[in-house]
Amino acid sequence: MTIMMDTGNRIGAKAAVMAKPEVVAAYPITPQTTMVEAIAEYVARGEFKGEYICVESEHSAMSACIGASAAGSRTFTATSSHGLLLMHEMLHWAALARLPVVMCNINRVIGPGWNIWVDENDSISQRDTGWIQFYCSSNQEIFDTVIQAFKLAEHQKIVLPVMVNLNAFILSHTSMPAEIPEQQTVDDFVGKYVPHWKLDIDNPITFGNIIGPEHYYKVRRAMQEAQQNAKQLIPQIAKDWKKASGYFHGDLLEYYKCEGAEHILLSMGAIGAESKIAIDEMQKAGIKIGLARVRVIRPFPAEEIRKLGKQADLIIIDRNISIGSEGVLFNEAKAALYGESEAKATGFIAGLGGKDVTYKDIETMCRKAMNGSAKKQEWYGMED
Amino acid sequence: MKKFAVETSLSYPKKGAMGKTGSWRVFKPILDKKKCVKCLRCWIFCPEGSIHREKDDSVSIDYDFCKGCGICANECNVKAIIMEREEVKKK
Amino acid sequence: MALKDYPVDECLLQGNASCPGCPATIGLRLVLKALGKKTIMVIPACCTAVIESLYPHTSFDIPVMNIAFEAAAAGASGVEAALRQQGRTDITVAAWAGDGGTYDIGIQALSGALERRTNFIYICYNNQIYSNTGIQRSGATPYAAWTTTTVSGKNEFRKEMGEIILAHHIPYAAQTCISYPEDVISKITKAKNIQGPKYIEILAPCPPGWRFSMDKTVEMGRLAVDSGAWSLWECENDVMTFNGKSKLILEKKIQRKPVEEWIKYQGRFSHLFRPQRDEVRLKAIEDYTDNLWERYRKCYTTK
Repeated sequence: MTIMMDTGNRIGAKAAVMAKPEVVAAYPITPQTTMVEAIAEYVARGEFKGEYICVESEHSAMSACIGASAAGSRTFTATSSHGLLLMHEMLHWAALARLPVVMCNINRVIGPGWNIWVDENDSISQRDTGWIQFYCSSNQEIFDTVIQAFKLAEHQKIVLPVMVNLNAFILSHTSMPAEIPEQQTVDDFVGKYVPHWKLDIDNPITFGNIIGPEHYYKVRRAMQEAQQNAKQLIPQIAKDWKKASGYFHGDLLEYYKCEGAEHILLSMGAIGAESKIAIDEMQKAGIKIGLARVRVIRPFPAEEIRKLGKQADLIIIDRNISIGSEGVLFNEAKAALYGESEAKATGFIAGLGGKDVTYKDIETMCRKAMNGSAKKQEWYGMED
Repeated sequence: MKKFAVETSLSYPKKGAMGKTGSWRVFKPILDKKKCVKCLRCWIFCPEGSIHREKDDSVSIDYDFCKGCGICANECNVKAIIMEREEVKKK
Repeated sequence: MALKDYPVDECLLQGNASCPGCPATIGLRLVLKALGKKTIMVIPACCTAVIESLYPHTSFDIPVMNIAFEAAAAGASGVEAALRQQGRTDITVAAWAGDGGTYDIGIQALSGALERRTNFIYICYNNQIYSNTGIQRSGATPYAAWTTTTVSGKNEFRKEMGEIILAHHIPYAAQTCISYPEDVISKITKAKNIQGPKYIEILAPCPPGWRFSMDKTVEMGRLAVDSGAWSLWECENDVMTFNGKSKLILEKKIQRKPVEEWIKYQGRFSHLFRPQRDEVRLKAIEDYTDNLWERYRKCYTTK
């Protein structure tokens, strides 16, 4: 075990390399670049023995990962923002093909009117592609989640691609210490890749030809079942990793001081980390409030949120907006509560376009929700 | 042939995957073996692979799958294949 | 190698979903005779995605991966990298794409894979249209041809994909046509035995797309070459050689037939002949072809 003091991107790259993918295909985009550069350094030093394909676009990055995975190899890639959007078609392809590709996405603003700061609309708008989606809150969590992602993606009850999201700059470019386990620990945990189907000259199959509605239906349902299975396996794998490495960042959600709470804050990513300080501050002031940091948005932890709704009113912060509807976490949390709970839900849109969200902002939002002065869903921090 | 358990669009090889495509035929190639010089042009150009080649390079037409395009007749340099209209089967 | 020396085994099975008289299946049979069973094919959206037939069956007796329209070369790059990691260098990776997937939507991924020196064969079967989608114009559609999106005839000349490929200076590139089995098989066989990226384009005259009788598929290919509307060549390590009749045309040992001799059999050009001859466009076609060959002569004839 060693301590690595480095940025989220470089720690993510370290995890990816330690999982020993046979093929990495990637294309650079700020703020993901330092992650693929780090992998290139591992290649140059001979510490990464897989194929590293520097493709000419993100669409090709995902296509090459799909090809490599279909040919029976473990694969990894990373992207961000517009890169993820360009991949969109192939995200569906990987998931429908049931190929356990693992990818890091650095959450960044979508243009035009461009900047490179954090915003989660890039990955949130990929939520219907069939990928499992994690959101990290620290560099240690990035390392541990990437390792767990391979284990999860390749599990026979899952066989789906997994996206590990980390917020631009706040995590991708901020140095924090992370404990790196021995290679043997990772090897033992992730295991050797055994493909669930592959292109094989001794067993020739055609993948992805014309399919009738009745069979297509079954393929879709099987994906849904795999996502449902992930609800059991994500906590199980997190527990197993805790045993192997000592680190645990929560199940589908991470519960922070929720005991006896009458209000529970739901947030994700870096806001999720910042929320802990806000909760500490408010608890110091005698407010009965806790935090449930959402680690996984697909599969959506509906049952867990329903349970929280039986205990407390919910305050939900989204660093995304489904234009024409609402913040996605807010929207889906309310859907989970429907008919099952009388809990009040108050939503905030915050931090879009990279706008900073401090613990003080979070506290202000929570207090507004608790004293009833917030609209049902409010755009926080706008000069109206 | 190994079948994979994972539910996705994996398809396995089958001759006649679309059934007996010979039923598509309107014109039928008729081979005159006496005229055939075993040049194999019909065999190599048949889009369907429905001209079978024997060990002695003589050929025969597989009417189960021949779609009746007529390329074999068009490409036969010695006119050993002619196209005839399929007869409508009387019930 | 003579026809009788080619293997009897078929990797494309009978009773598939191709149209009668389909040039793609002629091409596939030839290509797979040359490549054999140790081949993995990557196929984007194109007619072949239909020819494969319906799930849960396939008409291919080799492993095939369907990939998105623009992604054939990128998908093949991934397959090739994985096989190399697994030590399976005995397997040929081939992308098999139409002209739409090659000239237009797939050109970026193709160029990238060639530039990266990917060890694979990219085969474009060129029927000069989006035929699977129902006969729309592509970058390979010739001038004046009717398609469903160029209703009175295409206004532009086709792009010279071969020359775009040559700019990548890959170890082997070639143009051929389904009407010349020996040429197709010898070029595919050559490509199979060369390391690095290979590009082979096969002209594939499409009866419903070009509007000619389905027994004339092979003949239409021959006329394309005889008229100089299409050419047979190969370029190995930057050494260009024209083959067959195309060599004779290049060296002016024979005169090419007028392109009119090729297009007059195709309904897609019928508006150039009826109700009256469109002399302006017919001349433009012949002038373009003359210029094309003059340029070939300047570029590729050694003095």
